[in-house]
Amino acid sequence: MTTRSMNTAAGSATRSAAQTAVAAFAAILLGSFLLYGVGFAQPQQIHDAAHDARHSFAFPCH
Amino acid sequence: MDLIRRLFTAALVAGVLSGTAASVVQQATTVPLILEAEKYEVVTPPPAASAAPAGAPAPSHQHGPVREVGEGVPTSLDEAMQRIGLTIVANLLTGVAYALLLGAAILLAGRPVDARRGLVWGMGGFVAVSLAPAFGLAPELPGMAGAELELRQLWWLSAAAGAGVGLTALAFARNRLVIAVAVLAAALPHLIGAPHPESAEGAVPPELAARFVTASLGGAALFWAILGATCGWLMSGLVRETESRPALRVQPGAR
Repeated sequence: MTTRSMNTAAGSATRSAAQTAVAAFAAILLGSFLLYGVGFAQPQQIHDAAHDARHSFAFPCH
Repeated sequence: MDLIRRLFTAALVAGVLSGTAASVVQQATTVPLILEAEKYEVVTPPPAASAAPAGAPAPSHQHGPVREVGEGVPTSLDEAMQRIGLTIVANLLTGVAYALLLGAAILLAGRPVDARRGLVWGMGGFVAVSLAPAFGLAPELPGMAGAELELRQLWWLSAAAGAGVGLTALAFARNRLVIAVAVLAAALPHLIGAPHPESAEGAVPPELAARFVTASLGGAALFWAILGATCGWLMSGLVRETESRPALRVQPGAR
């Protein structure tokens, strides 16, 4: 392996690892936000709208 | 950006498919039980009842503590349709939320996936967020006795997160100490014990509650099977591509 191709390979690995981390972080952030809203948030209207789904999915509801 | 777009697309499709399946199953299994249980749910007694003179005959149609009309039990077709619609929306959002979290986990694990491996991931999700919390806090119907809500929510989260960490470590970790700590994290909420009310006297008949537990867990298993398999199927190209890049196979300093 030449120095040049190693550098290219290392660059691509770094970029790919960073891309993976950013994509996973974005998914975890949005997923947690949605899950909090559907399963845990307590404002009356959200609770009432998600009521049957919360019970069916066994989230503690009220 | 392409990675994010494809991950989110996979999660959206997996969430919508699993949420739709869950909606159909729920309307046939858990929702009728919830509606039945709400007849027994104790709600603040209507003012007229407390104002009635002592010894006055109770209304003959009343079998027990009943919700006030309009408190949630649908009384018209419109209300019933609205309630079903909102439940479907909540199910779809739950599906997308869990699919995003599972998709992120699959991506971070960096192992090749397909529909069959995705099914195994989905079963892991079922064990983590359905079975493990249910081991301490049974899926509950309206009207069942329960400890303080915040305590139960906190315990539910710790049981689910602990089980998720434990399963991930068992599947991927090599270091025995890491595995031991992760298994301890999974066991800890159960060793501490779930919060339960001092008196377990709810208003719901136990037969109804028992049927609800099995219906809820069975529905969740189906939901996770579809969610996991779809995620694995749609992410198969995604992870394999990353895997097959020669740069990722070469460990730094391996030679």
